[in-house]
Amino acid sequence: MSATVASPPSTPMPGMATVRAFGRTLLALVRQPAGAIGLFGVVFFLLLAFVGPSFVVLDVKTKLGKEYQLPSSEFLLGTDYQGRDVFSQIVHGGRDIIIVATTTALITTAIAVSLGALAGFLGGWFDTVVLAIADIILTIPQFPLLLVLATFVRLNNIVLLGVLLAALGWPALMRAIRSQVLSLRQRDYIEAARCLDLGTGHIVFQQILPSMTGYIAISFTLGMINAIFLQVGLIFLGLVPLSGNNWGVMLQLAWVRGAIFIKGGLGYILSPVVAISLLQLSLIMLARSLEEIFNPRLRRGN
Amino acid sequence: MVAASQSLAPAPGISPLVGVWHAVTGNFVVRRVAKALLTIWAVATMTFFLVRLMPGNPIEQYIGQLIAQYGLPYAEARDMAASLFSVDLDQPLMVQYVGYLGKIARGDLGMSIKSQGAKVSDIIVAFLPWTIFCVGFSLLISFILGIALGALMAYWRDSVLDYALTMIGSLLHSIPNYLIAMILIIFLGVRWELLPIVKMRGSMSPGMQPGFTIAFVVDVLFHAVLPIITYVVTTVGTWMLTMKASTTATLEEDYVNFARAKGLTDGRIRTAYVGRNAVLPLFTQFTLSIGFVFGGSVLIESIFVYRGIGQVLVSAVSGRDYPVMQGCFLITTASVVFANLLADLLYGYIDPRVRVGQ
Repeated sequence: MSATVASPPSTPMPGMATVRAFGRTLLALVRQPAGAIGLFGVVFFLLLAFVGPSFVVLDVKTKLGKEYQLPSSEFLLGTDYQGRDVFSQIVHGGRDIIIVATTTALITTAIAVSLGALAGFLGGWFDTVVLAIADIILTIPQFPLLLVLATFVRLNNIVLLGVLLAALGWPALMRAIRSQVLSLRQRDYIEAARCLDLGTGHIVFQQILPSMTGYIAISFTLGMINAIFLQVGLIFLGLVPLSGNNWGVMLQLAWVRGAIFIKGGLGYILSPVVAISLLQLSLIMLARSLEEIFNPRLRRGN
Repeated sequence: MVAASQSLAPAPGISPLVGVWHAVTGNFVVRRVAKALLTIWAVATMTFFLVRLMPGNPIEQYIGQLIAQYGLPYAEARDMAASLFSVDLDQPLMVQYVGYLGKIARGDLGMSIKSQGAKVSDIIVAFLPWTIFCVGFSLLISFILGIALGALMAYWRDSVLDYALTMIGSLLHSIPNYLIAMILIIFLGVRWELLPIVKMRGSMSPGMQPGFTIAFVVDVLFHAVLPIITYVVTTVGTWMLTMKASTTATLEEDYVNFARAKGLTDGRIRTAYVGRNAVLPLFTQFTLSIGFVFGGSVLIESIFVYRGIGQVLVSAVSGRDYPVMQGCFLITTASVVFANLLADLLYGYIDPRVRVGQ
């Protein structure tokens, strides 16, 4: 702790220890049934969305006479309104959803952590202004706001969609980070760092934030869950003209084409419903288990 | 919040005006009302500038459309657009802005572009009550149900009921509400044909006379039951789990032990000692939930074809009917802000500690 003044990038925790901490978390995660299932689900969907497409060819051929077929050995999840294989669409349809969710969660966490840490540490007018903005964004119903914004911004780019979702998603996490920083900054080691005149940036990002890694990991997962909810909703209402194939577009097409009223359409409409629900469920179980690992007080309650 | 802590210790000798200022800003009710008004103002301002400053702004677009479609001269098309959007286009932007805020304050939200001659405020008055009824009723049911079940789970910890409800609660909580709505329609409506979903569309049957008759109430509930089930099912899990955690924590408080030692009856401890305090954290959640459920009504109403404000907003957005869209969004936000305000004031009444400021 004493020699860190002159060497800015060297943190007390170099690479090896971080890897070990990560491994320990992973191990603790797998020991809980919920954590193991959640982790397995998330890994499964990541593989399905990013590795799956190189093994399964997307079926784009219209096959007359094979529309709305129930699942069979030829079509594992049935066929859509043009007789195309639903299974291949599910395999190819996860990538965009997960990319948007990850982009959103990354930007949300970055904004929330930096604003929350600074607001908590600096206090004063900066704190007041950031809190007021966060309060206003938290009060405005998110989904209607996104609808209105979607009429002005053409959301045909998945990164842009992620940025927009993140611009609305940061306040809750920011407030939580802020209150944690408020309590952490009273600790002795922060006092010591301040006496050493280490500078606000160094204290916030090198001394305070590392002790909140677990909390940030949980919030990242929750951010993904919210982003999936919002983006699929927007796509479903036809407000995100995303070209190509994803679960949201599948859901919208199946709904608009009236697949629910056709007996053979059950596989077509239920496939994206189940895929999205299972991904959400895996993420939530992962978040809950992370919470229990990083917050031991919870373990006693259950 | 900063003002609150200052107001507790007003420095002696400052002018009386400052003292009054601190007394006013330090007042819980005043601060909450000011925050609510600030939020509504921010939303009104945002929609105003979005409509005017965005590239390809809707007013210019509409003028161009009028000229192209009806061959109107520019001046006439401009006047028509100005009256629909309820702005005076000849004034500088800031004057337009002030005029716009004034009109909003008087309840004038302009006219619809798509349905000629319909006032936006009339459209909102016709559709908003249905959404408020549906969302409000659902939140009430799920809040009460969640508190009851959560308390039961806390008292019977590690029982089968506790595990089953925890499982169901987390499962339902993780599936997006619009997917639950779809699943309800697919299975209850189409596969098993238990409910006539096509007849259940709308907010009431055609030809039904509104009034305090049994037939009317039954009809309204018949049309609202699927949205209500969806809202309740997707929110009750959160209440349950929060209430369980909160009750579990309260049960370990010293004053509960003391009450037990005094020999108070279980019933009294559970309601007046544990229940009342355990419910408190749920109120902060409640305010967040109002916005979430009200906002989510956009999707739920579209899926069930329930004629509420959410569906009007969706059709305004997809038809690019900007005045209606602007009005609906403003009113939706205002309703949420108002509901939050009520919940917060109620919270301040139930838990006096809040009023002093955090």
